[in-house]
Amino acid sequence: MSAGTAAAIAGAVRAGERRAVDVLEEHLARIEAREPEIHAFNLVTTDAARAAAAAVDEQVARGEDPGPLAGVPVALKDNLCTRGIPTTCSSRMLEGWAPPYDATVVERLAAAGAVVVGKTNLDEFAMGSSTEHSAFGPTRNPHDTSRVPGGSSGGSAAAVAAGFSPIALGSDTGGSIRQPAALCGVVGVKPTYGRVSRLGLIAFGSSLDQVGPLAADVADAALACEVIGGHDPGDSTSLPEPFPDLRAHLDDGVEGMRVGIVAELTGDGISPDVAAQVRAAAEALAAAGASVEEISVPAVTYGLSAYYLVAPAEASSNLARYDGVRYGLRVEAPNSVEMMEATRTEGFGDEVKRRIMLGTYALSAGYYDAFYGKALKVRTLIRRDFEAAYSKVDVLISPTSPTTAFRFGERSADPMAMYLSDVCTIVANLAGHPAMSVPYGTDAEGLPVGVQVMAPALGEVPMFRVAAALERSLA
Amino acid sequence: MSAATGFDPAEWEVVIGLEVHAELATRTKLFSAAPNRFGEEPNTHIDALTLGLPGSLPVLNRHAVELAIRVGLALNCTVQRSVFARKNYFYPDQSKNYQISQYELPINRDGWLELPSGKVVGIERAHLEEDTGKTTHVGGGGRIHEAEYSLVDYNRAGVPLLEIVGRPDLRSAEEARAYVSELRAILVAVGASDGKMEEGSLRVDCNVSVRRRGEDALGTRCEIKNINSLRSLGRAIEYEAARQVDLITSGERVEQQTRHWNEEDGRTHTLRSKEESDDYRYFPDPDLVVLDPSEEWIEQVRADLPMLPAARRHRLAERSGVELERTALIVERGLDELCLAAIDAGADPARTLTHAEHNLADERATGLDPAAFAELVTMEVDGKLTATQAKTVLAEMVEKGGAPAEIAAAHGFEAMDTSQLEAMVDELIAAHPDEWQRFCDGDAKITGFFVGQVMKATKGKADGKVVTGLLHQRKG
Amino acid sequence: MTERLTTAEVAKVAELARLRLTPEELERFTDQLAAVLDHAVDIEALDLDGVEPLAHPVQLTNVMRDDEPGEVLDREEVLAQAPATEEGQFRVPPVLGEGA
Repeated sequence: MSAGTAAAIAGAVRAGERRAVDVLEEHLARIEAREPEIHAFNLVTTDAARAAAAAVDEQVARGEDPGPLAGVPVALKDNLCTRGIPTTCSSRMLEGWAPPYDATVVERLAAAGAVVVGKTNLDEFAMGSSTEHSAFGPTRNPHDTSRVPGGSSGGSAAAVAAGFSPIALGSDTGGSIRQPAALCGVVGVKPTYGRVSRLGLIAFGSSLDQVGPLAADVADAALACEVIGGHDPGDSTSLPEPFPDLRAHLDDGVEGMRVGIVAELTGDGISPDVAAQVRAAAEALAAAGASVEEISVPAVTYGLSAYYLVAPAEASSNLARYDGVRYGLRVEAPNSVEMMEATRTEGFGDEVKRRIMLGTYALSAGYYDAFYGKALKVRTLIRRDFEAAYSKVDVLISPTSPTTAFRFGERSADPMAMYLSDVCTIVANLAGHPAMSVPYGTDAEGLPVGVQVMAPALGEVPMFRVAAALERSLA
Repeated sequence: MSAATGFDPAEWEVVIGLEVHAELATRTKLFSAAPNRFGEEPNTHIDALTLGLPGSLPVLNRHAVELAIRVGLALNCTVQRSVFARKNYFYPDQSKNYQISQYELPINRDGWLELPSGKVVGIERAHLEEDTGKTTHVGGGGRIHEAEYSLVDYNRAGVPLLEIVGRPDLRSAEEARAYVSELRAILVAVGASDGKMEEGSLRVDCNVSVRRRGEDALGTRCEIKNINSLRSLGRAIEYEAARQVDLITSGERVEQQTRHWNEEDGRTHTLRSKEESDDYRYFPDPDLVVLDPSEEWIEQVRADLPMLPAARRHRLAERSGVELERTALIVERGLDELCLAAIDAGADPARTLTHAEHNLADERATGLDPAAFAELVTMEVDGKLTATQAKTVLAEMVEKGGAPAEIAAAHGFEAMDTSQLEAMVDELIAAHPDEWQRFCDGDAKITGFFVGQVMKATKGKADGKVVTGLLHQRKG
Repeated sequence: MTERLTTAEVAKVAELARLRLTPEELERFTDQLAAVLDHAVDIEALDLDGVEPLAHPVQLTNVMRDDEPGEVLDREEVLAQAPATEEGQFRVPPVLGEGA
């Protein structure tokens, strides 16, 4: 492992070879140098980070073990609640609002000795695929600042890609960790639904949302998953199964594993350079001893429609609480109804409003059966399609994103064009299965390409085995 | 609108269905561990979920489910697999702007309860849902329409409620009141709620419609809210039924609407602005999983249920030989077991129940020793005590305890010999011929004069009924 | 499926969602949302008869907690971030009508 990975840092800090405060200063220097150009963060928490790093060093000096992420700088997507620190979801609605509690994943990072360096930018309320819908300005792709980093966890992906922190946490509802990871050339993981607690994650689509890590390499992503994952009694949808030991299996290789390439994501709609990289990845796996075949997963073709009914429907309800009564923005008016209207109209950006209205419509009387109700049935079909696929293969691979990073403004005017960015990633959310993106080469212009690895529910081990093998094949 | 003038029950039938919300007696709220307590400083029983803070998540309270199952079984419902659904609407006291409730699949369905009269009323469903916070309106005399601003307290937000929906089987204000009383008695008996309407732990909304007698189809119904007591319930139903009949007979239609009962002016009114078209956009709450109580759990709850009021009434009626209607008050007061024990100890059943109905209103009566009670009743039936004396002795037994024979002796009670009384009556008749003449002519009131004289002479030991009987005998 | 989404429907939905749209926004959003719904036509082609809806990927049941009090929030900390308060309560402009 290179000196800059989370695993290396934690090892060195725990052994007393490096001080957490020095590690931090290195990263803060990088942030200072490039952040004005990248804008990965809504807030850099310099003072709190320094205090946390000093505390880690004191623990080591006392002979205590701070934990497996000792001294590792971590960036948190700004929809994860951090006690006393503004958590804005990149929205005017929550500008300046500080939660009175930490999200469970934040608590677990702290207990593992991690040092939070800041809150990263996102598409407002996690709704978007480019981070252009942030109320506080976009984030730029560190590989090419005229291009988007992807979204909605664009800030987290850019932070890792720019070396601001070895690990960042994001959230993934329809691809929001994996797609920006692919566009920024880093690893991004969406665990099995229920593996990581959602308590303290500001909700967008509750039956789809999962928190997951972005990291520069597969081993760091595995480490982060192990720290944040596992049962939480405070989240009713949290799985009781303990999180598996991923790192123990990273070097298992893929000999004898069966890999399927998703047929529906090889042709039209996928850019040729991206498709080429997926084929190269398939060949690399075959060379490493896996059997590889193309396999049809019809669910992929109708998943997008189902997603753009289910996610907005849940969002329309989850975002109803933002009304100016108890916290956040309030725009005064002569009565409460008008006050709520004025507050929500001013507080939410266009994309959020669109999705709220789409969701409200899909749930409303007379339309429930035609839209939301149908989408839930489609979800069952998606699950069945995957079950059929996984009866023949152990994992599936595909592009993570149909294209590499696009330019600012290229898709923001046409919502449908933007939604099509999600076509490769959303099925995993609808099915609740784990999926991750691994950087795999570049396109002709040198922009990163990501290959997606998908596995059945609870299949993080085979998924990481394949991801690690892909990473090794590039070395 | 003209004042309601009442209507002819021979021509019109009123149909009533009640929705009752009962606050469940849990320590914490339905979906969060904030305390379920009252009457304290505003916004002191709040946590992240109560306030609907971003990132908060619900976790179901097991005890609330247990209580819901208890009530469901007590109401003869089917307890089934159920789903929590979001009911979406905007209102300041609804901190998430949706309420977590149950919609298509409630935990309890298709039950019934039996009124003291023996009538059976259907229960459509009884489901779990969250309570809202409380809004108070400031300025403009506290009335909604003229308020300057409003204040919200979320202490009550999230408290567990059981919504019990009765079928429209009730046909009068009296039946409606009996239904609520019975439901409350059941809720209290199983420990699910303290059921106090005036304190808000039992809330009643009433659906009222009318139809001509003989018609099958139901009329258009109106929902009446803001009913805070049994008395209001009766008054509101009577007013509303008359209002609807008036409308129909004057050629107008009854519009389906929600109306507000006003206790001061004794009328129902429409609310000035109806906030929402009723599109609540229900969908299963994705933050919660399916609730499917096991057979074992349900049977355990069933086995632990206490004997319910209806069963107790039936038991008392059967074992005492007395009509069902007479048992209601006694069971309500919790005196049925006492009566049964006394009857088992040999007391005359009818006389025992009469005492329980008329002379044992005091709360402490439940502490009476059944054997002593039985002895007292037997003394009276054997003629050793008059009815009045028995009542006095009983009252003292309730207050201080003790054995009836001793108390009677201490008071100097002993029933008088009938032959002694006969002699006294004959003396009085001879001494008061004018009054005797009036008695013989049929003046019933003059009886009191003779009885009074006998009482005076015997210092109250005579049994008034016996004296009256003797007078009539003498009259011939 | 239903006919193309109309501005009247979008206006009604905006009201239900407590959002106020300018006339320009109403037109623009109607077009954009209609495009998304049009895309949903591929679901129409599927045979969904007898298919159970999947509201949730997780098949857990009966997740519950004991009836034990937990920590409450500090009222002052919470009220400090509220837009308007009075005597320990949240203050709002007059609320007309009643909740559901």
